[in-house]
Amino acid sequence: MSKQEWPLWEIFIRGAHGLSHRHVGSLHAPDAKMAIKNARDVYTRRKEGVSIWAVEASAIAASSPEDKGSLYDPADDKVYRHPTFFDIPDEVGAM
Amino acid sequence: MSDLFQSLLRMGDNTLILGHRVSEWCGVAPVLEEDIALANTALDMIGQTQLWLGLAAEVEDKGRDADALAFRRDVWDFRNLLMVEQPNRDFGHTMMRQFLFDAWHWQMLDALKSSEHDQIAAIAEKSLKEVTYHLERSSDTVIALGDGTEESHARMQAALDRLWPYVGEMFLTDAHDLIDVSALRPAFDARVNDVLSISTLTHPQTDFTHKGGKTGARHTEHLGHMLAAMQFLPRAYPDAKW
Repeated sequence: MSKQEWPLWEIFIRGAHGLSHRHVGSLHAPDAKMAIKNARDVYTRRKEGVSIWAVEASAIAASSPEDKGSLYDPADDKVYRHPTFFDIPDEVGAM
Repeated sequence: MSDLFQSLLRMGDNTLILGHRVSEWCGVAPVLEEDIALANTALDMIGQTQLWLGLAAEVEDKGRDADALAFRRDVWDFRNLLMVEQPNRDFGHTMMRQFLFDAWHWQMLDALKSSEHDQIAAIAEKSLKEVTYHLERSSDTVIALGDGTEESHARMQAALDRLWPYVGEMFLTDAHDLIDVSALRPAFDARVNDVLSISTLTHPQTDFTHKGGKTGARHTEHLGHMLAAMQFLPRAYPDAKW
């Protein structure tokens, strides 16, 4: 008998109000509702979050590791893209 | 022994015995996610036990604490429902037992939340949040497996038929209950009928009821075996600290 696996879900948790959801890991679940429940049990047992997103892994489009040369290397010598040439007044604080 | 002590034992023994039963799945549940969810549920119930039995010990006022009540009583002193001492059998059976208990437990805690006894009301309110989740999860699982494959449906129906004779005891009431538990039946029936009909499961026709758990008169043979495993360590090493 072949074993049928539940689909894989990627889980995103928001740690506190005002922060963004962050990827925390993945799990298996038969549907979206159970994915949220399983995420609650697997990833928020220690009060890690106030909100859960579950995305079916197959719905995520990902860049290919082989393309990393053309995708990321061109940014290496373009320091002017970092806004480091401005003087920021002290009273502005951390940015 | 005061009535209140007995009443509190009934609450704490239910969560202790079912909490231990559910913990028996730890490491052997069918999938990792369910393993963790069952362990969480078991820990919630053990946490509730500490509150109920802690209060029971305080009320009794004979120098015992929650641990002494949990680990140094024998079968005939336990006041849990027969339902919760039933063995796990398969996963479907475990989830059906959980659903039937959760559906009763939720109504019970919802009523106790307005108790005039402050500590009872506080324990009920804290527990109710956990049990709301337990009931949601067990309802969903009963529905998914009942309305699932031919095999899962057959197993859930078998579990329901086997456990149904233990439902009646949850609503038998006497002077040792914190409230008149028979009054919880209509809301329980409404919830259960709802879930069973979505699950495509057939409601058992029998009203036969096993009794003797909550009075301690006659526990099933399963409780003693479970206590042997549960109580071995603190009895063999009474001074152990961890």
